[in-house]
Amino acid sequence: MSDAPAPRAVVLGHAGFAAGIVSAARAIAGDVAAFAVVSNEGLDTAGIEAVLTTHLAQGVTVVFTDLPAGSTTMAARRLQRTYPALVVVTGTNLPLLLDFAFADGDPADAARAAADRARQAVLVSGGTR
Amino acid sequence: MPLDLHRIDDRLIHGQVVVGWGQPLELRVIVLVDDEVAGSEWEQDLYRMGVPPDMTVVFCSAADAIARHAEFVRDPRHAMLLTGDIETMARLCAALPAIRRVNLGGIHHRPGRHQRLRYVFLSDAEEEALRALAARGVEITAQDLPAARPVPLGELLAGTRSS
Repeated sequence: MSDAPAPRAVVLGHAGFAAGIVSAARAIAGDVAAFAVVSNEGLDTAGIEAVLTTHLAQGVTVVFTDLPAGSTTMAARRLQRTYPALVVVTGTNLPLLLDFAFADGDPADAARAAADRARQAVLVSGGTR
Repeated sequence: MPLDLHRIDDRLIHGQVVVGWGQPLELRVIVLVDDEVAGSEWEQDLYRMGVPPDMTVVFCSAADAIARHAEFVRDPRHAMLLTGDIETMARLCAALPAIRRVNLGGIHHRPGRHQRLRYVFLSDAEEEALRALAARGVEITAQDLPAARPVPLGELLAGTRSS
């Protein structure tokens, strides 16, 4: 029997996006958030939904996706019909996952708060006009 | 030609369509032809959320798409017509000789299908349907993204199949 903590959230992305960004998050934060990683590689929308459903059936209530227009987000949003408590956060970046990783309490609340702070982490500096 | 691409893609509206093709073709309209989606406001809202504000999605049943195809061709905005399966595109091609080219963009694994490309899996019946389309003069190529090499149907079906 595994001692690994149950995932608190799924990170779902195109190709190697989820594995890459979760790897970066773990390098900084350790394995505190127990993210599950899902790629859309080789899957149609129904296939993505099937993989996600296995995680939702185990109690995961938060899915982080990459592209708002992507098949990843479409699949997650479609599952909100069956799982109304599911929170889907699009446009995932590293600050977002790190904020979520260090948050305690309800995962849905933590995801919303992390998204608010992650928006402020996208900054532009330098350059001349 | 404003209706730039007729594409079969089982993910329908997704990143490759909206960004990968949408930006270089300057797409402003996606005609999504799917009988199930055309009958579901909920599904339509879902797909509308996936496109940028300057892109319009027109939802049609196959019958509506056949009736309105000339209107889509006349529209000066760059557009893509999208079906989720070969059967629907074959219906359109049978009724609309104006469709001369079809793009296979993504047909993913399901039981009974064999792999032809990384993003194209076909059943025997689907291969036969594509051959029939080609026999009527429709040029069929597989190409997931604009920068990828278009793979002609003959080459696609000539290779070894894997399950």
